[in-house]
Order: sequence, then C-alpha cells, then structure tokens
Amino acid sequence: MALDTAREISDAIRASTTSATDVCQAALDRIRAQNDTIHAFHTVSADLALSQAAALDARPDDWPQLPLLGVPIALKDNLCTRGVTTTACSRILEHYTPPYDATVVQRLVAAGAVVVGKTNCDEFAMGSSTENSAFVPTRNPWSLDRTPGGSSGGSAAAVAARMVPIALGSDTGGSIRQPASMCGIVGFKPTYGRVSRYGLLAFASSLDQIGPLSTTVADAAATLQVMAGADPSDATSAAVPVPDYLAALTGDIRNVRIGVPRALVNEGVDPEVRTTFEASVDILRQQGATIVDVALPHSAHAIPVYYLVATAEASSNLARYDGVRYGLRVPADTLGEMYDRTRDAGFGAEVKRRILLGTYVLSAGYYDAYYLKAQQVRTLIRRDYEAALEKTDLIALPTSPTPAFLLGERTSDPLQMYLADVFTVAANLAGLPSISVPCGFTSTRLPCGFQLTGRAMDEATVLRVADAFERATPYSRQKP
Amino acid sequence: MPGDFTRADVERIARLARLELTEHEKDLITPQLSSFLAYAEQVQAVVTAGVPPTSHPLGATGSWRDDVARPSLPREDALSQAPEADVANGLFKVPRVLG
Repeated sequence: MALDTAREISDAIRASTTSATDVCQAALDRIRAQNDTIHAFHTVSADLALSQAAALDARPDDWPQLPLLGVPIALKDNLCTRGVTTTACSRILEHYTPPYDATVVQRLVAAGAVVVGKTNCDEFAMGSSTENSAFVPTRNPWSLDRTPGGSSGGSAAAVAARMVPIALGSDTGGSIRQPASMCGIVGFKPTYGRVSRYGLLAFASSLDQIGPLSTTVADAAATLQVMAGADPSDATSAAVPVPDYLAALTGDIRNVRIGVPRALVNEGVDPEVRTTFEASVDILRQQGATIVDVALPHSAHAIPVYYLVATAEASSNLARYDGVRYGLRVPADTLGEMYDRTRDAGFGAEVKRRILLGTYVLSAGYYDAYYLKAQQVRTLIRRDYEAALEKTDLIALPTSPTPAFLLGERTSDPLQMYLADVFTVAANLAGLPSISVPCGFTSTRLPCGFQLTGRAMDEATVLRVADAFERATPYSRQKP
Repeated sequence: MPGDFTRADVERIARLARLELTEHEKDLITPQLSSFLAYAEQVQAVVTAGVPPTSHPLGATGSWRDDVARPSLPREDALSQAPEADVANGLFKVPRVLG
C-alpha cells in the first residue's frame, strides 16, 4: 500500500502494517537523499523526530484519537519550536532556539504528527522565490535551475519532492499558495483569524496566516482541522466554531457559483498559464458549477497597497530585533551603536529595503499620503470581494501569472519580484480563505496552480470545490 | 513625491529604523525605493473620500479574558537566548547608556 498521504500513513500505522518509527525513518532517508540538491530543509531534527515516533509506537491505546498519527511534517523556519533552532532564515536569528512551541506546533504534535525539521524560506518570509534566505536558495524539484517560489519555498519543495506529505507555511501575500502552485502541490491559506499565529515570527500582523502545503486537498483539510480554532495566546484568533472539513469533501459541487474576474485574467498572464486556467474553469463547469463574471476593480491596485501596508507593519514588527533579548548582537561601545550595527549585520538586503520603505510610509509628512491611503484602498479591495462573494460562492484566478522562474532571474529588480504576487495579495488584504490546487503543466512541464478564494470562515466550501477539482484531474498525482 | 526621494531620505529613515547602512547599500537602495514609490503613485488616483481605513481584515475588536494570574515563561528560559545575559541575577545586559 502506498504511503503518500497523511491518511494512508495513519491508517497503516493503526493497522500495524507499519510503525511511526519506520515512517519517520523513511522520511529522514528521503530528506538525506535529496536535501543536498534541493535545499528544502534548513534544519533536520532527526533525533527528536525518531523519539517522537517511538513514543507514538509505544502508546497504541491512543492511536484512535490521533488524526495525524505518525505523519511526518515539516515546518517553515519562522514557526517557533521549543529546543529546535528557529531562524526565519535570517542571520539575526541564526542561533535562536525558542523556549516555547507555536500553538500550531503544539496542536499538530498533540494530534500525532512527527516534526522532522524546519524548512528554508525567504528571510522573515519576505520574498517570492526563497532566494532571500540568508543561507541558501531552494531549488524547484520540477526543474533544478528554477526557484520553488516563495516565501514558503522550502515547505513546497519538501512536499513536491515527497520528502514529507505535509508541511506548514505562512502566507502574508501568497507565500503558501504561490510556491504550492510553482511546485505542483496544494497550498491553503485559511481565513485571517482561523488559525492562531502565536509562535509565528511576525512579518505583517494584519495579513499573516499559517496554513498547510500537501499533495492532496484532503490532507490540507485534515491539517486545518487540527490547527483551527481560538487560542487564548492570540487575541486575533477567532472564536468561531470549526466545522468538520473532511466531511465537507463530498465531491458534489452542483449549484456552486464561481466568479471569474475577466478583466484581471485577461492581462499580464503567461499564455500557457492562461490556457490551464481556462481549462480548469471548464472542468468546474462540467462538474456542475455555475460560472459567472465578477468585477474586482480595485484589485488592480492590490500590489502597491499590499507592499505599503505590509512594509509598514514589518518595520514595526522587526523593531524587536535589537540584540538585547535574543538573536545576534554586534558589540559596540554604546547601546545605540549596538542596535545599529546588530541590525545592519543581521538583516539581509530585502528585509532592510522593506524596513526602510515601511519606516518611510509611516514617517511624519508621508503617513497620510501612503499608509492611510493604502489602508483606505484596502477597504475598497475588501468591499469588492464582499460584493462579488454575495453573488458567487468562490472567486477563481490563476495563482501565479507565470510558472516557476529561473534562479537569479528577478533578484536584481525588486519590483519585478513583487509582481509575482499579483493574484494572491488581495485574499490577504481582505482576510479571506484561499487555496491553490495543481491545474496542469506548461509545455516544458512546469506546474501551474488554480486559485479559489471564498467567504470569510467558509473554508469548507473552498476545500469542497478544490477536492472535487482534484478528483476530476490527474495533476495532483504527478510527481517531479 | 517619489521624484523627490533622495539619498538624504534613505539616511533619515535609516536613522529612524536604527539601521547603519554602508555607502554601497545607500547607493543601491535609493533608486530601488524611488522606483517602488513611483509605481505606488497609482494609489493616489483612487477616490477614497469618506472611505474608512482597514487596519484589520475582519474588524476584530479585541477579546476579553478574566484577569487571572498564570504561570509565565521561567526566567532562565526567558534569558536563555539573550546575548551576554546575567542569568544568576536575572538581568539582560546592554552596553553603557549614559556616559
């Protein structure tokens, strides 16, 4: 029996046809065989993982209550893990070992998952290619001279290369969905507030959300099930009941209305990506969904609004890295010099650019013109989505306007890199749940992703339609 | 405004952000930020009279909890990652602040 998905793994362990230890060892072997080429993982916590797996094997009475029994998972390296280095792939946290676990880590481990390591990402999740990692760029398993996308590129590559069935990422402007699209897997950003952010190293607090990357929609649903729900440690986590997501995967999408914002799709999309998008819309129509035109006029401004808001929040969030309480310290004679030198040595080029931009747009004389204005246009973008989602259940877009680009292709032009997020940032600005599912390949066999965005807290409909799409198409089962 | 963005602006905001930039970094970052601000200029054309700003996507209002004392991170754990901490005395240590 294949052990490709979380469900297959847990079922096999419960049936005693394998053990958590064997599954864990096999994952560690796959990581060892491939990581020197792909660089998906920054840290592999083999000993901790094997001891977690052995502990699971020793308590069979608990197995029925553990939905992710023995499932090896990887965590983006901006999620705090007690006793395991958590760097955000930044020099400033290169040796940081958190004294606590993120809430999502606690919940996954309590559900029987086994953490095998921490994945590479753009520094502090700032980037769209994983090339901003302070350590090493990750390579796309489908084409080793290309990026996996980003910022959760290590998580996406680890799942695409079948090192692990599930990895967690964080998505501030597309950082789960865009790499999932470029690596041919599923990536899901839940509604803002659905999952606790406690223990996620903050980038932009009104946009950040943790979510799963996986090979199937069912595994994304099972992971969300475990992570979702209010948390006293995160005041922005929503006290909203969590439905049964696996039960929502009925395969029936008759009467579902799906809106297509034609004006956006018709502009600036790679022709092959557009072909896969149109074919995907047809498949949903054949499955019984109703396709309607919708307009999202203010989404044309989503990229500048996103980068104005996100950098403003980042400049504030990253003020905490000052060499006093944790992380790097560069010695100096005075406190002020210590701050300046520590931050100059500890942050990479993109992080500095964003801190400076954010500081500028919040500074006296510019606040109203940039930050306040961006927040107002954010309201208009959000209202467009709300209005469109009154007459439809979901909004469909390509996840990324292009397939995976070459390593180095965009690093010299920050603005060009920012445009990679053109179809993903609006869901963060509006706080809505949004998924990317594999929807085909280019002629050179690079994966493309289909994005579905739903109403706030209606993850169930997003997952149901994505699952029905997956059942009707062969793409999720393709491997690099 | 973006046309006015200069190296002096980079130096000013670097001081506010407590970043000591090299001359080379200033050379690189000035045109990059200037070019982004020129691109972001499109936002100025959007009519936003009377539109409230969104600072939080779903309008969260904060939440209440009972004011009950709970255990916090043990002091040794909190100090465990601090450079040059004085763990025995429970102190973070920094360079001299006053001359």
